[in-house]
Amino acid sequence: MENSLTQYLDLLDSHLATIDSKAPALFNALRPTAIETLRNAGRFPRTGDEDVPNANPAQMFAPDYGINIDRRPIPADVAASFRCDVPNVSTLTAIVVGDTFHPTSTLLHNLPQGLTVMSLARAAAEHPQLVEPYLNKLAADSSASAALNTALLQDGVLIHAARGVRVDKAVQIVSIFSTQAPMLAVRRILVVAEEGSSVRVLLCDHSQRNDVDYMSSQVVEAFVGQGASVELYDVEESSARTRRMSETFVRQERDSSFVSVGCSLCGGDTANSVSLDLAGEGAETELNALVIAAGERHIDNRIRLAHCAPHCRSRQLFKYALFDNARGAFGGKVVVAEGAVRTDAAQTNRNLLIGDQSTMHSAPQLEIYCDDVKASHGATTGQLDERALFYMQSRGIPREEARRMLVQAFMMDVADTIRLDALRDRMRLLVEKRLGGDAAASCSECSACK
Amino acid sequence: MPSKPRNYSQSPLKTLSAKSRNTLPNMNQPILKVENLRAGIEGKEILKGINLTVMPGEVHAIMGPNGSGKSTFSSVLAGDPRFTVLGGTATLAGTDLLDLPPETRSHAGLFLSFQYPVEIPGVTMVNFMRAAINAKRKYLDEEPLSAAEFLKLMRQKRAIVELDNKLASRSVNEGFSGGEKKRNEIFQMAMLEPKLSILDETDSGLDIDALRIVAGGVNKLRTDRNATIVITHYQRLLDYIKPDFVHILYKGRIVHSGGPELALELEEKGYDWIKEQVGE
Repeated sequence: MENSLTQYLDLLDSHLATIDSKAPALFNALRPTAIETLRNAGRFPRTGDEDVPNANPAQMFAPDYGINIDRRPIPADVAASFRCDVPNVSTLTAIVVGDTFHPTSTLLHNLPQGLTVMSLARAAAEHPQLVEPYLNKLAADSSASAALNTALLQDGVLIHAARGVRVDKAVQIVSIFSTQAPMLAVRRILVVAEEGSSVRVLLCDHSQRNDVDYMSSQVVEAFVGQGASVELYDVEESSARTRRMSETFVRQERDSSFVSVGCSLCGGDTANSVSLDLAGEGAETELNALVIAAGERHIDNRIRLAHCAPHCRSRQLFKYALFDNARGAFGGKVVVAEGAVRTDAAQTNRNLLIGDQSTMHSAPQLEIYCDDVKASHGATTGQLDERALFYMQSRGIPREEARRMLVQAFMMDVADTIRLDALRDRMRLLVEKRLGGDAAASCSECSACK
Repeated sequence: MPSKPRNYSQSPLKTLSAKSRNTLPNMNQPILKVENLRAGIEGKEILKGINLTVMPGEVHAIMGPNGSGKSTFSSVLAGDPRFTVLGGTATLAGTDLLDLPPETRSHAGLFLSFQYPVEIPGVTMVNFMRAAINAKRKYLDEEPLSAAEFLKLMRQKRAIVELDNKLASRSVNEGFSGGEKKRNEIFQMAMLEPKLSILDETDSGLDIDALRIVAGGVNKLRTDRNATIVITHYQRLLDYIKPDFVHILYKGRIVHSGGPELALELEEKGYDWIKEQVGE
């Protein structure tokens, strides 16, 4: 196969000046190192490489996507007419069309004091002190795809909560693809929660067309200050031809709390990763995800969680329901560093293989360099309980419906970890809808909907 | 129990469909007719030709030593996919059962109270029951129940077996005690109003109080239009649910049938005389 990284290096060679001209100096300063990282990497990882059991980044980046380096406006009325499947959870909504930030009017006028939600490009120009200390500090050099994201970076979203500011209402970022031509969107989200603040973020991915190839290259960096709390919810409901490489980097200070819940409902091949450092004593983290995949879809979730300080607690719960020929992978690496005494780490991965040809690759991994820790992991992969199916049928529930109810029940404990009430209820409904044949146009191609 | 007469002016009488006509009782038609039923599991024949006719209003007890095929019989009637039918017929009020999937057997009026009710984590009793009721209503070409109607029905039927409201909001059978599980089975039976109920070892694992409640529930649900088959090891349950007929199943065949006195005889003499009678 041709090296799919080459086309991006060529683009950067020939159009760097154009890219720079449409981006703030702060971004441009990061480019040379990122390009250097890309050149050194030589290629994207592919199936078979270490830590890449299933998804194939080399292949995901291969199509000839367009990249909006000229920052041509994509009609915003597309965004205005768009209805997210997770409505009414928040009025603090921004829409990212392709990779360009569009605030809504409430976001411009009704933001709580001390909370900043704005275009990352604008923030880099107008408030560099909010961006410069953080941007690319966690993501740099971590992977070829993250380096590409930085090398092509022109806009993104900044969510900043000032010291002690606590906001219950979620900041909702709705990212949509809408172009008629294939597109690669460079999405960048920077979340900074200063000491004692709290912020909730809901990311929704959608595609308005299901006959066009899209690729989302997303990097999220989250800094959770001392005693601060960040919740990050992520709902993927795009099209079978929307691929997604999402890399999330988190650093937690003392006594902070971080929760992330990923919901992969519809989409094309997806590779999600979370790299998280529990850097300060007494920090707590919870990483959960539910995955429903059908057709030929691949979904990877990769975790690297480092317990670097004493008395930290981490929980992971990842659940997959795989229909048809869908393939899932979970790689969960927990490292307990020397000195991280009284660590309490638990990881659970449970998977249902529903399609005859569906496969799951689960690789829990624990590396412990410290005594006096509590660490556990468990992974199970199986099929629906035939006894439960028969019991339900014997009460008159048709087999298909019984199957749906069992898959839904299987996913509920992940949905229940969502701490935002409206979103939790909505997620239960979306899972039911996803399994219940009420197929949204966006995922009409997967048989799990039928 | 309907507390007041139906207001028919609001819901005009529908023409009875073929299916709902079937639900009208015919007092001369057997509720269950089993002829020469043979079935097995993993190539081993367990039922070796069962014949049984159950008429409306009757209670039949099937007794027999361990391994005689009692539970296999109830499982095969309910359509448990673990078992293979090798021959014979079974009809429920004229409907041929053996080719139907389990859910359609239930819609046609069969109910099996499981010896070991299955726990279903994450599926609440309410959702479970609503799916069951509405699937049956759909089969009968009836509109689904509204939420209010459904909850009212749940409340009425719960009372029959004194099932706690708290259990109704929990996952199906999860964390229920043995007695609660069996009461839950009878509650489901009350909800589904079957023509034929098969109670498979309903007395196993019950203390005397729970047994009384469960048996009381079964008796309250008896009418002259439905029928019950009680499968049990012991006479004890039959003190509470009085059978009209008692059958002894042994090595896959009904080897002896009689009235209620047969159960007492078994209690007194054990099963050895049956074994002698069939020539062992």
